Amino acid sequence: MCSLALFPPPPAPGDITLYEVNNSLVCGRLHEQLTFQNQLADLPVLSLPKETLKAHSRLEHSTQPAFIHHRESLWKGCLSAWRDVGLCGVLKEIANAEEEGLQWVKAGSRYLLAVCHWLSSLHGSLFPHLSLTSEDMIAAFSQAVDWAGCTIRAFAWHPHTSKFAVALLDDSIRVYNSNSATIPSLKHRLQRNVAAMAWKPLCASILAVACQSCVLVWHLDPTSLSTRPSSGCAQVLSYPGHSPVTSLAWAPSGELLLSASPVNTAMLVWDVSTENCVQLQWFGGGGVTYLAWSPDGSKVLAAAPSAVFRVWEAQMWTCERWPTIKGRCQTGCWSPDGSRLLFTVLGASVIYSLSFSEYRGEMQGQVGGSKTASIVADLSETTFETLYGEERIGGEIHSMVWDPTGERLAVIIRGHADVPESQTVIAVFRTRNSPVFELLPCGFLRGECGAQPQLIAFHPCFKKGALLTVCWSTGKISHIPFFFMSAHVPCTSSSPSPVIASTSVCE
Amino acid sequence: MSVVILVISIFNVEFYAVVPSIPCSRLALIGKIIHPQQVIHSVVHAVMGMLVAWCAAVMTKGKFQFLAVPCTPSESLDDAVPQMCLNEHHLFFLLSGAFMGYSYSLLYLINNMNYLPFPVIQQYKYLRFRRSLPLLVKHTCVESLYFVRNFCVTYYFFGYIPKVWISTTMDLRIDSKLHPLDTLTGLLDLSLFYHAWLCGVFLLITWYIAWLLFKIYATETHHFPVQPTFAEETDQCLPKILNSNPPLIIKFLALQDLMLLSQYSPVRRQEVFSLSQPGGHPHNWTAISRECLSLLNDLTQRLIAQQEAAAANGRVKQPAGELKVSPQTPGALVTEDMSFQSQRSNIAPRASMSSLVKSSLMPLKTSPGSDVGSPFSSPALSCKMGILDVNSPWHGSVQSPQVTRRGPKLWTSGSDLQMNGSHHESFPLLSAAGVGSEAVQPRVIYTWLQNKQQQIKTFLSKRVLIMYFFSKHPEASIQAVFSDAQMHIWALEGLSHLVAASFTEDQFGVVQTTLPAILNTLLTLQEVVDRHFKLPHVSSKPPRISGSLVDTSYKTLRFALRASLKTALYRITTVFGEHLNAVQVSTEHKKRLQQFLEYKE
Repeated sequence: MCSLALFPPPPAPGDITLYEVNNSLVCGRLHEQLTFQNQLADLPVLSLPKETLKAHSRLEHSTQPAFIHHRESLWKGCLSAWRDVGLCGVLKEIANAEEEGLQWVKAGSRYLLAVCHWLSSLHGSLFPHLSLTSEDMIAAFSQAVDWAGCTIRAFAWHPHTSKFAVALLDDSIRVYNSNSATIPSLKHRLQRNVAAMAWKPLCASILAVACQSCVLVWHLDPTSLSTRPSSGCAQVLSYPGHSPVTSLAWAPSGELLLSASPVNTAMLVWDVSTENCVQLQWFGGGGVTYLAWSPDGSKVLAAAPSAVFRVWEAQMWTCERWPTIKGRCQTGCWSPDGSRLLFTVLGASVIYSLSFSEYRGEMQGQVGGSKTASIVADLSETTFETLYGEERIGGEIHSMVWDPTGERLAVIIRGHADVPESQTVIAVFRTRNSPVFELLPCGFLRGECGAQPQLIAFHPCFKKGALLTVCWSTGKISHIPFFFMSAHVPCTSSSPSPVIASTSVCE
Repeated sequence: MSVVILVISIFNVEFYAVVPSIPCSRLALIGKIIHPQQVIHSVVHAVMGMLVAWCAAVMTKGKFQFLAVPCTPSESLDDAVPQMCLNEHHLFFLLSGAFMGYSYSLLYLINNMNYLPFPVIQQYKYLRFRRSLPLLVKHTCVESLYFVRNFCVTYYFFGYIPKVWISTTMDLRIDSKLHPLDTLTGLLDLSLFYHAWLCGVFLLITWYIAWLLFKIYATETHHFPVQPTFAEETDQCLPKILNSNPPLIIKFLALQDLMLLSQYSPVRRQEVFSLSQPGGHPHNWTAISRECLSLLNDLTQRLIAQQEAAAANGRVKQPAGELKVSPQTPGALVTEDMSFQSQRSNIAPRASMSSLVKSSLMPLKTSPGSDVGSPFSSPALSCKMGILDVNSPWHGSVQSPQVTRRGPKLWTSGSDLQMNGSHHESFPLLSAAGVGSEAVQPRVIYTWLQNKQQQIKTFLSKRVLIMYFFSKHPEASIQAVFSDAQMHIWALEGLSHLVAASFTEDQFGVVQTTLPAILNTLLTLQEVVDRHFKLPHVSSKPPRISGSLVDTSYKTLRFALRASLKTALYRITTVFGEHLNAVQVSTEHKKRLQQFLEYKE
């Protein structure tokens, strides 16, 4: 088992982690980073400070305040309330009616309303997350550390090319491409409170966006020079009772899209082109908060807001249920061959590992997980004595990503909120999946002064090892390469050059 | 009761179709309703409905149980013999059952409920059934409510007819004490309404469950062996079934199985790539790839024909310059066919197919400059359209004025030939002869005929009612073209997964020999589909009805086809990468492939 005590001490304050070479992390000052980034690749290093973004243009959800209030009759009001809100709306409308002579109806509806409230509070006490507003819910279940306050809310690398999408605080999405100077900015009436994004695999430019009320699928033309694609390019996938959407996952074969909402107990399987959806109902757990499809396409992790998660098998869609002791599953990631799942639960600062028997098409409808999960790393708080003073690092794990070669694992460790000196850091592990699973410490990554990591993602086909992209709370997006020689080449489309390149770097 | 369910199930089995039939105009819809087959369907359903209602009435007991009840004793006691009276409630019940049966049958037709949609994801039968159950119950309750409402209205107006008829034939009296039911007060009976609704729910639920179970069982994946273990099983193995001409459902199941095996089962993929034991020929792969490619080529031809028809429709008045686009495409296609044919000229169906296409394309090639209105090229064009469509569901929609006006004689002769037997070889001769005779004919008569027809058409089009019935819904005809696209989608997915897997799993290199042909077919289809989506109405989506019991996925199959075609191409290019530069394809396709390699499509 790996623990934080085995880690090398964190870099000195003021230094920034630049890259990894020869199995050690190299730190340096800011100007060194700039010169280094230039020779790395043409990946854009971005800074998106909060001030440059426009605030919400409208705070209200509807256009109602713009118009003079119009008194309509009780009957009409009830009808519109029924259409907009449902039964509760009608009851409320009747209870608040100002007409005379309907005393007993009013009293009755008041009682009914009280019963409704009581029932919903009962439901809420079973599943506390249901009483949250949808924004708070997204903030609670998002993979971003500070979803509500930071400029960058979601980040997604394109699975095949050097292209990524960034969702910003002002509900717009920008798409950066290393090969082109145009930066399309996507805006849509329904694109509010983006919780997650995912590019469609085996496709040039289709981006699925999890919004507050629906899933938007943007069909972007990769050759287009327009910086503001019209909202006609977006396909709206909505399903009653399935909002807010907090997680999305595309099948690696590119045919199906999964969407999950903490409110809905079913996760939806979308056939995007025909807009058909199939509900995968699974009562208990109260909803689905996080989805991760294994890279080989055989299994899907679905985390629930209560202390349970499920692993679905993606051919016949049967599932295995995994109750956890401490709390809900916060994040998880799959090894490249889909045989191992690492996950963390809320309230425990350890990484669990769950291995699955090797996937073969013949064992239909079996997930094939092992009986128990084992602890592979302990990330509880540790004190490091450095030249610049004492540093306390450790705590709960907020998000976790595994690089496509399966050799590096990056983890965001969130410090305790009540201890001021504990900080949010990124820890990187060296991993090996076969013949035996190994997790070795690599080091901590540090950004600029005062910058906290917000989101992390690995480049899906970096040819010289692995490339970690970190979104910082200051609105900066930086790329940290790990140069190493890998037995597993992430993108088969790449030429044999990466091996040569990485050996030269190692020398 | 069990008899009823049995009969309904038989009808489900008899009427199913994997390809939905889409009526293109209102007249076609009416034609379908009065089709004898559909009339039998409706009548039997009405009788069955009556039977179910009778069962329900007997089970309810109370006032619904018998048709004849003793009359309520009247005040005048001189009637010693108790008279039998008509129980109108019972009659109402029976008739409501019949009405529901008929409505069900009608909706069955209109909603294309005989269409078997294949599920997006594979699931166990029990899970699929359980998943659809809540929706089924909800749908049934609502629908039963509508049926009862409609029946009440019908009974209010026409209820006296059966009542009088029954009472006279069975010599029953009508009780004057009770309220007659075909009045407003009679129908406002809440208990009657509730019972009728409950009976409707009962009836619809049993029928829908039978329908649902049939659907689930029919679309369940079937495992076809790739290689026969015993000699008797040869007819049931996948390559054999794909290449023979089985019922469509079996072909669909076989293609679905191909898609699944190519995606999930390395062991069965290995069987596909294997060589035959004595001889060492890749028979399995050849058979499978040939069938998939010919399916895709058929689609390409059909789309080209449709595009030409659309282009001709739009520009009848200005024939010059119309062929600017079309000569290039068929030309390219023909060369592609030639190359394909030269590889395997011994394959009979392919050869006849391409010769057929070529023969009809020849006149186009020889006279690219001539306008389409001249008798030289137009018969060939219409011929080709006729031939390609005889066997397809598009048959109904193709009767555009273009085809009917020009050379109807040739068109029918072509289709007759197709019907009488597949003597494709003789077709070029006939086509050439037809072109010759058409040329010899005096042009005066032709133009006179044309003018006359034009006059009749304009005369008819001025009559609103006729236009209402004959006007084609653009969306419907587009849907009709792509109605069997599910087959092509699976062929695409299966083929692309196999090719992608062959990069690592194909030990003998059997796939490499067909790779250029596959790429050519896919890229040509991609071009044609792209062009097709530029036609009016094609790229607009029909409104989506979410949460409906009846599957309407066939309406958006064209989008699924486009998406899976692109995904299939990307799947191949992503796996093969730079190696594709070594594959021999035309320069135009090479450019296109480069775009795919750079993720710019």
